[in-house]
Amino acid sequence: MIRFENVSVSYDGTDRPTLSGIDLTVPEGELCLLVGPSGVGKSTLLGTVSGLVPHFTGGTLRGRVTVAGRDTRTHRPRELADVVGTVGQDPLAHFVTDTVEDELAYGMESLGVPPATMRRRVEETLDLLGLAGLRDRPIATLSGGQRQRVAIGSVLTAHPKVLVLDEPTSALDPAAAEEVLAVLQRLVHDLGTTVLLAEHRLERVVQYADQVILLPGPGAAPVVGDPAEVMAVSPVHPPVVALGRIAGWSPPPLSVRDARRKAASLRERLAPLTPPVRGTVPGEEQAASVTGLSVRHDRVPALRDVELSVRAGETVALMGRNGAGKSTLLRTLVGMHAPDRGAVRVGGVEPRRTSPRELLRHVGLVPQEPRDLLYADTVAAECAAADHDAQAAPGTCRALVSELLPDVADGTHPRDLSEGQRLALALAVVLTARPPLLLLDEPTRGLDYAAKARLVEILRGLAGQGHAIVLATHDVELAAELAHRVVILAEGEVVADGPTAEVVVSSPAFAPQVAKVLAPQPWLTVPQVRDALEGT
Amino acid sequence: MTDRSSDRSSALHAGAWWVWALGLATAASRTTNMLLLALLTGVAGYVVAARRTDAPWARSYGAFLKLGLAVIVIRLVFAVVLGSPIPGTHTVLTLPEVPLPEWARGVRIGGRVTAEALVFALADGMKLATLLICVGAANALANPARLLKSLPGALYEAGVAVVVAMTFAPNLVADVQRLRAARRLRGRPDRGLKALLQVGLPVLEGALERSVALAAAMDARGYGRTAQVPPAVRRTTSALTLGGLLGVCAGTYGLLGDTGAGYGAPVLVAGLAAALAGLWLGGRRSVRTRYRPDRWGARAWLVSASGAAVAGLMIWAGDYAPAALHPSAVPLAVPGLPVWPAVSVLLGLLPAFVAPVASREGRTASREGTMTDGHRRAGRRGLRAAAAEEGCPGPALSPFPGAAAPAPGGRTRGLRPGLPAPPAGAGPSGGLGALPQETGRGGTGAPLPPPRRPATDSESGGAETAPTRKETPQ
Repeated sequence: MIRFENVSVSYDGTDRPTLSGIDLTVPEGELCLLVGPSGVGKSTLLGTVSGLVPHFTGGTLRGRVTVAGRDTRTHRPRELADVVGTVGQDPLAHFVTDTVEDELAYGMESLGVPPATMRRRVEETLDLLGLAGLRDRPIATLSGGQRQRVAIGSVLTAHPKVLVLDEPTSALDPAAAEEVLAVLQRLVHDLGTTVLLAEHRLERVVQYADQVILLPGPGAAPVVGDPAEVMAVSPVHPPVVALGRIAGWSPPPLSVRDARRKAASLRERLAPLTPPVRGTVPGEEQAASVTGLSVRHDRVPALRDVELSVRAGETVALMGRNGAGKSTLLRTLVGMHAPDRGAVRVGGVEPRRTSPRELLRHVGLVPQEPRDLLYADTVAAECAAADHDAQAAPGTCRALVSELLPDVADGTHPRDLSEGQRLALALAVVLTARPPLLLLDEPTRGLDYAAKARLVEILRGLAGQGHAIVLATHDVELAAELAHRVVILAEGEVVADGPTAEVVVSSPAFAPQVAKVLAPQPWLTVPQVRDALEGT
Repeated sequence: MTDRSSDRSSALHAGAWWVWALGLATAASRTTNMLLLALLTGVAGYVVAARRTDAPWARSYGAFLKLGLAVIVIRLVFAVVLGSPIPGTHTVLTLPEVPLPEWARGVRIGGRVTAEALVFALADGMKLATLLICVGAANALANPARLLKSLPGALYEAGVAVVVAMTFAPNLVADVQRLRAARRLRGRPDRGLKALLQVGLPVLEGALERSVALAAAMDARGYGRTAQVPPAVRRTTSALTLGGLLGVCAGTYGLLGDTGAGYGAPVLVAGLAAALAGLWLGGRRSVRTRYRPDRWGARAWLVSASGAAVAGLMIWAGDYAPAALHPSAVPLAVPGLPVWPAVSVLLGLLPAFVAPVASREGRTASREGTMTDGHRRAGRRGLRAAAAEEGCPGPALSPFPGAAAPAPGGRTRGLRPGLPAPPAGAGPSGGLGALPQETGRGGTGAPLPPPRRPATDSESGGAETAPTRKETPQ
């Protein structure tokens, strides 16, 4: 269905090609997963299929890409619109109209599909994606998972033979990600659609793939093959594969189910051991306390009667579905929202009544979109501004950046940094004032496993120095690695609060893969298991 | 979801609302009687209150009301500060007058403020404010994007540009708010004009990035596919459209001015005809088809007729009762409420009774809305509603009811049970029975239709229509 013949792509101003030596075929009706570390050209490869690379983005494409027999060199994206459906990373950037039904019809209207056919396909797609109840809704009012499904539906109505998706589940909570993956499964199984998708959160998707394309490094030739074979050698892999490698299972399991069937002997070996305690033990000093907090947005309650206390050196993970109030709680802690009732104290001050300059010394928040924090046009200027804002000695911020990002030049524009680098820069800017309480909102969105591992090390180091850390996240693996305590929010209320092992192991949605494989034993992460086995 | 009274098939044509509102606006432009203007505002407001939905665009009515008030205030301030050519004898107050040099003769700053000038300015401001409020009413009652969908094919691309611009404005405002709030995190003040100015560049950068992403998405979805037309047709199109639009401008000017009613109407009609012909010809370049266009039914006729009647009767009233429509400011007189013009304005209330009642389903929608990201106007009730809607009842403790989590299943794992079941008589195989056939067709190596052809699957459209969902035997 998709053929790449010796394809290489290079952009102007770079000395080496972004992609090279791509020579492979994606057969019809397969779900093909594209994996690799950040910055290896996954999005570029996806772009070549829809013709956006090079027609829209510029750059030079050598070789040939054919989709359903059409050569992308001679067909512009709009002329491929009836065979390729593309959904980018941010579904909001994809929507042209303002209601669900119009959005589903938009692509067909452009293609000139007869009205009767359009009407029928819209109805079919509404049922197929479970959107029938949302048909008249303005798109701005949909939740993240619903938006992603509408975006998929909007390209599906044109009946493309190929569906190209860039990180469809990265920004979604586990339940919404399940919704989207169920839809993709259904397309592949029932309609024979060819799906090519790139995703960092492999633990969510790898078990559904028929074929995996691994891009090991920038410009390196791809490794193509059966998911299990590729995962056995891949530098990026889900925890369940890492567990398989430690236990010496070959081929490595891809799903929790596969792993559980092989795990009987591992469970026996681990039975006499207790999980080692990693990281530091939190102190007694209180870093933040929230009592009886209620917050409203436009008279609609966002938080209700929330109680939370964080001690110095403690890491707390806030979890819950999109819109449960996690970000609101973090923002209330830095005084961006006024409490309706209740009290918020951070390091002895009340955030809402404290001037920003003073508050900086008590609490720092890295927002969901780290670039919101960055205003300057070079890293050096950003650091100088941060030193000035925090009244820190000149060079403080730059030293932190060098520690977190060893190889970033002073003159780099913050927008040219990768997702992980930008996060590290924002983190350095916030840390310049040395706040005892550090808040992070969804820090792993768009990060690959290596960047995530680095982030875990950094945060663990900060906790060791006595920083209290609160992170709001959908990433159950991250929470399992880092958090001493997990707090689960639902509809603005705290529904669970306790040590990580107790809270996540008992929950089907929040249990990390290792916990599911080794249940009922209380193991959470691969490093725990590895350390315990090495100790014996 | 059970109340389908105002779903898409029965919704009033967006054009009807605009005709009605422009009728009221025309009537407002014909009078300076404050009582009549207030009555017009009241009529528009009542209809909006009775028939608007809870969609985001419907909330703009409040903004138009504020804009109207601002217009009145600005008009009064100008009358006070800059004086007014209206002669008057009732001095209200006297401001210190700024002496101006000889070359600025005719301009006056400060000085005597008379009651006559204030009344005149108030009536004038109210006229403009009423016009704005009428436009706001149309904007709140009819989805502007739907109106643009009713444009002729040749104007489609311009229409899309307008729609995109309209969706960008709220995004831009949200961006500014988010970035201003983020300044607090850097230890800088988050209020004041300086904060607003300093986020300008990042906001523009973000908007630009979003535009580029949208352009890519639109290109990939087939925007801008065109059909070939002969050059002669293209030239005729341009001539007709340009000439027609000029005619429309001249005609409208004549009609709206108090004097040129004689030549206004015929020129407007001729211009409209030429422009429509040009647009019809231009539409041949577009391969587009239209999904469920709004139907112009009996209700649309009634609604637009009520607006036209208000305008017509008011223009007529200008002939038989000019004094009542333009109460004099010099000398000051209490405006009376002329009976017949007032009754004709009340005709504009008709849509409040004949237009379909808006379903209030949008209300839950707006609650649920935007909780996912920065601008949180949302509430929890909506979330619960959404969960129920998607068939995920669950234990109260688990915030992800119905979620199967990173699937404990093999590759052959079926559908999540939470997905809504297809309607009765349409299993996954039956309901979509038509689709695998169709997609299979390409897979068997059948030649593909050339990409430039207007209706890419006209023939498959025929093949598809046979097994529709309802007819498929189970």
